[in-house]
Amino acid sequence: MDTFSFLLDGFALAIQPANLIYAAIGVLIGTAVGVLPGIGPALTVALLLPVTFKLDPGGSIIMFAGIYYGGMYGGSTTAILLNTPGESASVVTALEGNKMARAGRGGPALATAAIGSFVAALIATAGLAVLAPYLVKIAIKFGPWDYFGLMLIAFVTVSATFGSSPLRGLTSLAFGLWLGLMGIDQLTGQARLTFGVPELLDGVEVTTLAVGLFAIGEAFFVASRHLYKPEKPIPVKGSIWMTKEDWKRSWKPWLRGTVIGFPIGALPAGGAEIPTFLSYTIERKLSRKPEEFGRGAIEGVAGPEAANNASAAGTLVPLLTLGLPTSATAAVMLAGFQQYNIQPGPLLFTQHADLVWGLVASLFIANVMLLVLNLPLVGMWVKLLKIPLPWLYAGILVFASMGTIAANPSVTELLLLTGFGVVGFVMRRYDYPIAPAVVGLILGPLADSALRRSLQISLGDPMILLQHPSSAIMIGIAVIALVAPFVFRGLSKFRQDED
Amino acid sequence: MTQKILHTPNRPAAVLAVILFAIATITYWDASHMKVRATYGMSASAASYFVAILFVALAIGHLVTAFKPSDIDVEAADWMAVGWIGLALAGLIGSIWLGGGFILGSTLLFALTARAFGRKALLADLCLGAVIGVLVFLVFNKLLTLALPQGPLERLF
Repeated sequence: MDTFSFLLDGFALAIQPANLIYAAIGVLIGTAVGVLPGIGPALTVALLLPVTFKLDPGGSIIMFAGIYYGGMYGGSTTAILLNTPGESASVVTALEGNKMARAGRGGPALATAAIGSFVAALIATAGLAVLAPYLVKIAIKFGPWDYFGLMLIAFVTVSATFGSSPLRGLTSLAFGLWLGLMGIDQLTGQARLTFGVPELLDGVEVTTLAVGLFAIGEAFFVASRHLYKPEKPIPVKGSIWMTKEDWKRSWKPWLRGTVIGFPIGALPAGGAEIPTFLSYTIERKLSRKPEEFGRGAIEGVAGPEAANNASAAGTLVPLLTLGLPTSATAAVMLAGFQQYNIQPGPLLFTQHADLVWGLVASLFIANVMLLVLNLPLVGMWVKLLKIPLPWLYAGILVFASMGTIAANPSVTELLLLTGFGVVGFVMRRYDYPIAPAVVGLILGPLADSALRRSLQISLGDPMILLQHPSSAIMIGIAVIALVAPFVFRGLSKFRQDED
Repeated sequence: MTQKILHTPNRPAAVLAVILFAIATITYWDASHMKVRATYGMSASAASYFVAILFVALAIGHLVTAFKPSDIDVEAADWMAVGWIGLALAGLIGSIWLGGGFILGSTLLFALTARAFGRKALLADLCLGAVIGVLVFLVFNKLLTLALPQGPLERLF
């Protein structure tokens, strides 16, 4: 019953006018930017981190969560109308959703995506509220060795296990880990890989890397090939409402998608791509009209969209209770918390209980706002797709560079941003996943210090990692997850596309 | 000495293997020059050595794939457009480096990026970029009290 009273307190905080405004701004910006092609929620949060630097921490974090959820809703609109998924989690939605839009059923596709997202996010957020306190009780007993084991699992699953190529995924991860080494080591004060450049002593900012890889890299990539592939949004014709038949075919996929999405999002298994693909496959198997799949089956939109949003809420579970980001967006959100010197983890629930429960309550409120924004007002968002591509990307670049220099006004930071942009371009061009690099940068130093603290406690004996059954099991899982894709090559066919 | 160019079916992987080896070497060199030692357990250099080893392993992995046909199709790129974006970013960096300020820099960035995406109306884009730059500057400096780099234009406000 504790959860319930905490949640009530959270709602009391969340309905304060200032926090409602933050949530509203968050969902508005999140949807707007999510609708724009090529920008996912990770980039949106990364772009806005520097802007919120001087705002109230509680409000900003509520805003980030609104952006996260909003970006998820907005991404599906782009996927359906433009066949250009804003983020990898919407790739599956584009499969059937775009076909539906081409067949003149864009309205129902958007509606089932929005309502499915609403249902899933509602259930999954409730799941978050129920599950988090239990996980905190377990996590509070975790030693540094357990954290090290958990981070190993996160590294491996994000980069190797489910990617199109373990080698490319691990390379991306290694790049992030390498950047994570840069700067002054927190335990000993030793400078690593700074090459005598004073600006590098503070290390590489997560936002600079994320914005460079996602925004600048994307701009380079789209420019390099846009001449060959111009795209136009499909206009929404006819009623946007779903028929009775549509409802009947949608509600089960919504629930199934939620059930698939939430646990996979909560596990350190690498974001929303897997549950969306899984949900799509299951819906195709269970459908009474499997022949419609590939030609615009509504189940193929309803299920994955629900799975997508449920896993978004799911990733908040390890993020808030363990401080463990399992997707690029969660990694950037973690950077957002750290910007205010708030470290997510079990202590967050005791030290900042009001903030956590205010955030959870705001997620419920943001979800209702998003349903209103995305169903009756969907036409407004579609207009955003009419911004000419040159201006859109020019604006993104201005905003990206502005955020970077506002946080850290130096030419070095801009050079880093450009450098990461070039790296991001090369990675996109040769099909290297981006997310592992961001996760590597943020988790690398944490894993380093968790390992070293374990070894300090054991007076340098590495066996401490295997003597505790919990960490031994986790390290075992990480090793299996690393070796499995090399042994079973077929597993990598599980997911074809990233980004 | 006769020049013999190594032919591999997957050139990018071979190039990347060389880059990865180079990063591994730099990381190893950097770690071997660290002076601070931990009393117990690992020093700060241990993680560097680990990452260096990881890079060597990945480089070997890339070298192996370099002799297999590539499993991805790389599309033809419009290098002109890429160059324009590079120029746009150089414009921003140059403007801030030389004290031209944020508004001038972002104007150049906006207009040249739009050019990269195929727009020919450079003058109109310069004007639009300037308007956006001024607006952003006002919001950031006045509303959010974040300091953007100042140049002659910014000091007018």
